[in-house]
Amino acid sequence: MKIGVFVCHCGENIGKTVDCPRAAQESAKIPGVVISVDNKYTCSDPGQNMIKNAIKEYNLDGVVVASCSPHMHEKTFRKAVASVGMNPYMCEIANIREQCSWVHDDVEEATKKAIDLIRIAVEKVKRNFALTPIKVPVTKRALVIGGGISGIQSALDIANAGYEVVLVEKEPSIGGHMSQLSETFPTLDCSQCILTPRMVEVYQHPKIKLLTYSEVEKVEGFIGNFKVTIKKKPRYVDETKCTGCGLCTQKCPIKKAPNEFEQGMIKRTAIYVPFPQAVPNIPVIDNTVCTYFRTGKCQMCVKVCGKEAIDFNQKERFVVEEVGAIIVATGYSLYKIDKKPKDSPIKGYGEYGYGMYPDVIDGLQFERLASASGPTAGEIKRPSDKKEPKKVVFIQCVGSRDESKGFSYCSKICCMYTAKHAMLYKHKVHDGEAYVFYMDIRSGGKMYEEFVRRAIEEDDVKYIRGRVSRIYEDGGKYIVKGEDTIAGIPVEIDADMVVLATAIVAQNDSKKLAQTIGIPYDKYGFLNEVHPKLRPVESSTAGVYLAGACQAPRDIPESVAMASAAASKALVLFGSDMLEREPTIAKVNEATCAGCFYCQKVCAYNAIEKKEIKDRNGNFVKYVAYVNPGLCQGCGTCNATCPSKSVELIGYTDEQIFAEINALAIL
Amino acid sequence: MYTIGYYPGCSLTGSAKEFDKSLRKICDLLGIKLVEIEDWNCCGATSAHATNHLLSVSLPLLNIKKAYKQGITKILAPCAACYNRLVTAQYELTKNNLVKRELSEFLENDYNSIKVINIIEFFQEIIKEGILDKKVVSLKGLKVACYYGCLLLRPKEIVDFDDSEQPSSMEEIIKITDATPVDWNYKIECCGASHSIAHKDIVVDLIGKILGDAQKHFADIMVVACPMCHSNLDMRQLELRKNDGYKSIPIIYLTELIGLSLGLSPEELGINLHFIESRLVFEKYFSKVEVQL
Amino acid sequence: MEIKNNFINDLINITNQNPSLCYQCGKCSAGCPLRKYMDLAPNQVVRFVQLGKYDKALHSKTIWLCAGCMNCAARCPKNFDLHRFMDAMRELAIRNNVKPADSKVASFHSSSLKQIKKHGKLNEFGLIFDYKLNTLDLIQDVDNAPKMVMNGKISFISHNVRNKNEINKIFKKLENK
Repeated sequence: MKIGVFVCHCGENIGKTVDCPRAAQESAKIPGVVISVDNKYTCSDPGQNMIKNAIKEYNLDGVVVASCSPHMHEKTFRKAVASVGMNPYMCEIANIREQCSWVHDDVEEATKKAIDLIRIAVEKVKRNFALTPIKVPVTKRALVIGGGISGIQSALDIANAGYEVVLVEKEPSIGGHMSQLSETFPTLDCSQCILTPRMVEVYQHPKIKLLTYSEVEKVEGFIGNFKVTIKKKPRYVDETKCTGCGLCTQKCPIKKAPNEFEQGMIKRTAIYVPFPQAVPNIPVIDNTVCTYFRTGKCQMCVKVCGKEAIDFNQKERFVVEEVGAIIVATGYSLYKIDKKPKDSPIKGYGEYGYGMYPDVIDGLQFERLASASGPTAGEIKRPSDKKEPKKVVFIQCVGSRDESKGFSYCSKICCMYTAKHAMLYKHKVHDGEAYVFYMDIRSGGKMYEEFVRRAIEEDDVKYIRGRVSRIYEDGGKYIVKGEDTIAGIPVEIDADMVVLATAIVAQNDSKKLAQTIGIPYDKYGFLNEVHPKLRPVESSTAGVYLAGACQAPRDIPESVAMASAAASKALVLFGSDMLEREPTIAKVNEATCAGCFYCQKVCAYNAIEKKEIKDRNGNFVKYVAYVNPGLCQGCGTCNATCPSKSVELIGYTDEQIFAEINALAIL
Repeated sequence: MYTIGYYPGCSLTGSAKEFDKSLRKICDLLGIKLVEIEDWNCCGATSAHATNHLLSVSLPLLNIKKAYKQGITKILAPCAACYNRLVTAQYELTKNNLVKRELSEFLENDYNSIKVINIIEFFQEIIKEGILDKKVVSLKGLKVACYYGCLLLRPKEIVDFDDSEQPSSMEEIIKITDATPVDWNYKIECCGASHSIAHKDIVVDLIGKILGDAQKHFADIMVVACPMCHSNLDMRQLELRKNDGYKSIPIIYLTELIGLSLGLSPEELGINLHFIESRLVFEKYFSKVEVQL
Repeated sequence: MEIKNNFINDLINITNQNPSLCYQCGKCSAGCPLRKYMDLAPNQVVRFVQLGKYDKALHSKTIWLCAGCMNCAARCPKNFDLHRFMDAMRELAIRNNVKPADSKVASFHSSSLKQIKKHGKLNEFGLIFDYKLNTLDLIQDVDNAPKMVMNGKISFISHNVRNKNEINKIFKKLENK
């Protein structure tokens, strides 16, 4: 075997701590190495060319590049060697940066270690053999979880490219939080006016299969080949018969159920459509409050329905969809800040009286007040006495940037939507006074800064830099005690209504969903991207992409951009019929396998199957283990478990590992 | 027999003796034994903690040491300031490196941490154990503003008692007397604390707001659990009385109120020692009112 | 005014926290009951320390007017214990021989400590007597005195701790620092 060793300086990264020329010299002495050189930047074109020329000139069988982590450039160098005819799996990386120069200071010791690492790699490469990637087919269908603006955007992008999309939404209607907003910043467009055309487009799109009032139950498989089980919750209304006439909702006698869409500002009926522009416009029966489900009586809806669409016997159904890519777009929730919630380490915000005083509300509740289709038809009215408030105080950063009673992160959108709320209030109540208590103004998007200045300079919203310590009620007014830290004076306002900009948090079932799909999440429940800078829409599970506020607090333009980005990742996947997988997977020696199946028990990817071995006459001989090349991730657990040493990891055989260990033992 | 270690503190043996008196009377009546810590010293509240951190921790720890030597396993400290210092000093000893280093002698053999409870927790316990389960006089119709002050509830992580913004533990205790707690806004607003001597005007200003809010919510009396709050709200209320048309609110210790509902007389409880008279409020609950309240 | 060079280290040692935690939101000042009597707002005192202007902070009335109610620490979003910070500022003011901007409060504290050092317990009469001598504020509360004496609330006889060894040890140790 003829091996070539190429030691990279990586500029100062390796060169400062490891004596690369000496490492190259010493490596030349290893038996089997015919060329050993060093280079400043091996990943560059000249560097790669050096390797390619050496392969041709010396007729090399294998290559060791001593450089940065394989994560960075293993692909680069393997492609380079492949371009001159060498099998890419004959190229190995010795990591002398992350595992050597970056963690040591002593040049002498680091160089010795680098030489050791190179020697190990050479011994391994001597026992490598040519491998070809495994090809698996790709199902060219996508699953989008979440029907808010992000999910809608992703679904439309993929569907318009000609591929089928299954869109799953847990609420009875798609639209998400954007459908609850009155106007959006910075243009003050009516939110539902810009959203509903998209919603209808999704509903009518021939390539989109819309499953509302449904949840993802189980996800199996891997990139290109997912099998997803979806639970369709019973609406108790037959979707094929219902025309959306709304008579059932009008006649339902239960009128005091808590209304989630209206954020508790008014009540709803037991059979309901969340909002008039809901898609699909088919009602749902809430079986926790419906009289029929509780006592067996009523059935008013059945009586008035002209199409006999009510079906109390509906059960939950499970649907299995096969898809190649999954996009998670499940959105956000708002931090509930009542007194310390049970079992919560967070203290809660008792000092602001939220939950105690009816006129202290949060951002989404204000959106419903301001919304033309809301409980007050767009007029700003106090929830307590329905009077128009003449003095409204808005408080930013409630629960955000707050390690003590909330979360340490910034929720990003509150500065903008508070300015918007203050402006909407002033536009509707001309003689009203609006005050905003803030710590900083974060308005970094396009036209955002100008938007906030408009609130201050044109709409006369008074911005006070400082936080509020306490709010209490005195004779129907709310005394807000704050401080202006710029002027250095206490500020006390007797407000008619207080709006709190509460923190954006992950949905309360986001952790459970992440575990179902098998993707990582952070301590707040936000889903994690692979790399925060360069790969923001991919999760670390191949084939699962992220879009929108499920990953972190974000506004609508960014969510839409991210949704399209995630869609494009799915489309890249669908661009080829076959997907290549790394061939470094496990393989069973069927002659020595005893069929104990310990390997199957420890395999985390369900990749081991039972295979029958028959003799030439078709008689059954024994069962052996068989590794499914499509599922195996090459973790090696089966290899470590097998009592008869019948499972080997291709590319990392026991012989190779022992050769590496022995190489270290050489003095 | 319910027994508990007892740390009266300097004010209960001085200007707040009604607090001590009423507590002891209740304990005698209910058969509770108070074991006073032998040779207890000042806990250093206010001045020690305001000027010297190590002093503020050493003085309370000395008391814990004495109690431990006596074999006491739980201490009742009725004065909210003493309670706060005794709990905080023990917390500091485990959490603050400087304290651990400088006061390492307290970590030697004859020291162990002891749970310290405040007067409200004391009542919660004896109610739970069934020791305090009846009343002799019903105070039905009496509207009470429960005033917590600062030191019973804060800092939340150290004291870990009730909700520091919307407390309700005292109101729950009051209910056994049939009295009605009112909902009001100044439950936890500071009374001015130790500035009573050096800055009387500030204290008068602050208590004016507290008493004013209680009045707005139609409270007949205010119940307190801290001797300093009592002094500020009671003695300094005399200044407010100089204003025309001012209606006084009697300031009653929690122990005094419970004592009244158990049938003890105002003089036995020390209510007659207050500056603001309470005869007019209580006379309808007692058939015989002899001594000036 | 010569402030010792290791002021910030002393401060961090006593309070166990770094003043740069504070992001000047002002919630402490908004909730401070003594705010309107102070020259500097509580958050401004922290700001001056953050900027290195220690003497400005140590000379303020604010640090003496703090009543120790802990409203600030209870509501601070950064869990910054401002009340501990104020305690430390007072301690460091005394250590650095800064003349207290509020002499009445400082006098009250020093009279208290004298009582505790001498008797082991705080005798109110002794305290008030000493305070009035030092501040010459003789008239205040003279009208309340008779009733308090009659009710036994103020005693001319001092209560003493019997075994004062340990208390003496403590005071001696702290004076040598």
